[in-house]
Amino acid sequence: MTALLEARNIGKRFGGVRALQAVSLTIQRGEIYGLIGPNGAGKTTFFNVLTGLYPRDEGEVIFAGEPLPLGEPHRVAQAGITRTFQNIRLFANMSARENVMVGRHARSKVGVAGAVLRSRAQREEEAAISRRADELLAYVGINARAGDLAKNLSYGDQRRLEIARALATEPQLLALDEPAAGMNATETAALRGLIVRLRDDGFTVLLIEHDIKLVMGLCDRIAVLDYGQKIADDVPAAVQRNPKVIEAYLGTTA
Amino acid sequence: MSAGMNNARMPRNVQLALAVIALAVLPFMVSAGLGNTWLRVLDFALLYVMLALGLNIVVGFAGLLDLGYIAFYAVGAYVYALLASPHFGLHWPVWAILPLGALAACGFGVVLGAPTLRLRGDYLAIVTLGFGEIVRIFMNNLNAPVNITNGPKGIASIDPIQVGGHALAQPLEIFGVTVPALVLTYYFFLALALLVMLAGLRLQNSRIGRAWAAIREDEMAAKACGINTRNIKLLAFAMGASFGGLAGGLFASFQEFVSPESFSLMESIMVLCMVVLGGMGHIPGVILGALVLTVLPEAFRHGAGPVQQAVFGQVLVDPENLRMLLFGLALVAVMLYRPSGLWPDPRHRQEFNSR
Amino acid sequence: MVVPYKPYGQLALLVLCPPPYRIIRGVDIFLQQVANGLTLGSIYALVALGYTLVYGILGLINFAHGEVVMVGALTALAASKFLLAAALPPAVVFVLAFLLAAAVCMALGVVIERIAYRPLRNAPRLAPLITAIGVSIILQQLAMMLWGRSYHAMPQLLPETAFVLGGVQITMIQLVIIGVAGLTMAALLVLVNRTRLGRAMRATAESPSIAALMGVDANRIIVLAFLIGSALAALAGMLVASNYGIAHYNMGFMLGLKAFTAAVLGGIGNLAGAVVGGLLLGVIEALGAGYIGDLTGGVLGSQYQDVFAFFVLIGVLVLRPAGLLGERVAERA
Repeated sequence: MTALLEARNIGKRFGGVRALQAVSLTIQRGEIYGLIGPNGAGKTTFFNVLTGLYPRDEGEVIFAGEPLPLGEPHRVAQAGITRTFQNIRLFANMSARENVMVGRHARSKVGVAGAVLRSRAQREEEAAISRRADELLAYVGINARAGDLAKNLSYGDQRRLEIARALATEPQLLALDEPAAGMNATETAALRGLIVRLRDDGFTVLLIEHDIKLVMGLCDRIAVLDYGQKIADDVPAAVQRNPKVIEAYLGTTA
Repeated sequence: MSAGMNNARMPRNVQLALAVIALAVLPFMVSAGLGNTWLRVLDFALLYVMLALGLNIVVGFAGLLDLGYIAFYAVGAYVYALLASPHFGLHWPVWAILPLGALAACGFGVVLGAPTLRLRGDYLAIVTLGFGEIVRIFMNNLNAPVNITNGPKGIASIDPIQVGGHALAQPLEIFGVTVPALVLTYYFFLALALLVMLAGLRLQNSRIGRAWAAIREDEMAAKACGINTRNIKLLAFAMGASFGGLAGGLFASFQEFVSPESFSLMESIMVLCMVVLGGMGHIPGVILGALVLTVLPEAFRHGAGPVQQAVFGQVLVDPENLRMLLFGLALVAVMLYRPSGLWPDPRHRQEFNSR
Repeated sequence: MVVPYKPYGQLALLVLCPPPYRIIRGVDIFLQQVANGLTLGSIYALVALGYTLVYGILGLINFAHGEVVMVGALTALAASKFLLAAALPPAVVFVLAFLLAAAVCMALGVVIERIAYRPLRNAPRLAPLITAIGVSIILQQLAMMLWGRSYHAMPQLLPETAFVLGGVQITMIQLVIIGVAGLTMAALLVLVNRTRLGRAMRATAESPSIAALMGVDANRIIVLAFLIGSALAALAGMLVASNYGIAHYNMGFMLGLKAFTAAVLGGIGNLAGAVVGGLLLGVIEALGAGYIGDLTGGVLGSQYQDVFAFFVLIGVLVLRPAGLLGERVAERA
């Protein structure tokens, strides 16, 4: 398997605080890669640097063989990494279908002229976008709610919608920020099934999660961050036994 | 659904036909019933409809606060005035100048927007306000050392629009009926206003329109979806500016005179209020807002004096003062009690009323 | 207060000051313009403090603030005329007129806050902006109805003496303005930084909810901010009217806009910034208006004076939105 993403020495400072220090990791194509660590370890900061929300101070990322344009979220998305947000950021007053259609923006091209003139190309593209949106809504299982406003969906459906919208951008790497947050056991199991299906359908998944059971059972490999540094990077079984990881989560024995 | 009487709405085609007929005979009814002054007001109302629809793209679709929109109107008007009047002795044809004016306004929009559109809402509002004032000050003072805009005196004797060789300022003989100039202008403006409206509707329901709505809802999430928010916002700004410039050219040719006075901050605020009070982002609402805010103040201006005379025996308060005072009160009242506007998009009503 | 060293102010002055080897006709003229600029700037600073107090706590641009200045000026003018006619000595008239103007403006400020801003605390940003515009219009119209459209002459309450210091002419009025403004601003800074009340204000500005947990009533603090801001507005209005000798219904708009520019220049929400920004903007404007003819070879003249403030505003917001003394605020994800 070829490496899809290679992060080298990513560093990020906020004033005097070193949020990330020389974090390097490699994600293989087609694997489910987990990123865990105690609260404040820098997991979401890493996500934000990776997807361009924060400019990084040091390091670079090679994605699919090309350097990733860090610092510009829309270009990162166009390059093939799409993320979901820890606190779900949907377009609340747009319908579920419209949310997913927005996701198609980067993969479509009709501009102002086409829109105003309603050319044949524009009508065809609109129909294709709409069709694809419905397909994706069905894929994640919420096609019954396609016309409902995003803010009126249940919490679980909103999470699924965010994933559908992310899929619309045709990512190679799907970066999920705590997708199971706030979910009960049933919902988490359904989410697990969805992520496995995503992997089977060819997507690579990067996952931040606090639900250790989910992560250990689902991920092919796991990286552990603590105080902004990577302290482990291995298969789940090895990570579980790693003394540094245990110490980070539980503290040392007296 | 009530039993008994059939309350079903009329079929779409019938509604449309009635609307077309109403719009077609309206000018004649107004001129016969209310006089030519009101026909002129109607023509101006159509210009403001175009302006409001243009600003709606910026404020309503993309969610960008613009308090200096009238600057684009001014640019379009002055381009027309400079190219079709005795001022420079140029008399270019209208089909060339109108697009040029729109293009010039578009250019100004891009120049203003490129560095400023990433600013937060309040700041963008103040910056655009400053820009509007800068344009007005320059228009007012660019008469020395080289006389470009003729300063406060403005530019007069502007050529009226020629359609098919016929100047819209002259009445037209057709099938034995004399159609007055103001009515001809009405039809021309109406056609253009309908085109602007159609463009707005199509933009709203397109890929770009969705991108604007996404940015309005959550700009960060929009970026994460691959939308180049800076360019898309600039696009909204440029489009709004273009429509403003187009309306400006029409204004110059209709009034046959332009001066910096017509492009004050108050005008920018008026157009913004047409959009906001009408129903931000909702095209029918915006059109309603433009019509109400053009017609009502005129009605007031004509009526306030006589009414006071009748009731109090004298004019206590200058109608102009009273009109503006009531406008200010209306602004406050609407924002407090119906902030989503007179005719909001059914979805947006909730957005605004969640207090 | 420690003012951190930021070279932008000097840079701005350098850009706008003509290089000595080419254009300066005399150091006197330069210093004269600086003196004029400091006078103007003191007034901007007083008004800017009002903007920044409200913005720091509410996050709201009080668009109507400029009109409150106008009301202060006209009220002081009317009071001065009335009191002079009652044969009171000018110095007493000065103080009494100010007190009356301040009372009116403070009442006005409280009413505006209660009616136009408080109900919209949680509404989208556009709503309070529109109501502010509405209030601004209402105030202008009321002023027009009460005082008409003409320019009213402000009675001279201060002696007309002028001093000459090192080639620069400074009038008594200018000295009073700079002095009074300076003292007031110093008093305000002491209030905010050294008193319990000031601490409560700063806490509310940082986080109203947490301040509330500490027993601070946010509403009272907000009303206080409006009271102080309005009193400063009344003072500024009266000083402007004294300086230029006239007051009229439309004087608030430009002044308010420029004072807001000053607040942004200094770093909105930062009191010291409002002072620095005000003084700096005044000097920039005076120097600009004085030298623009030379700088542009006669193409642009001093009638473009107003434009300077706008260019400064756009420049600051584009290049350094936090202002000279403000903090860098990174966008949160």
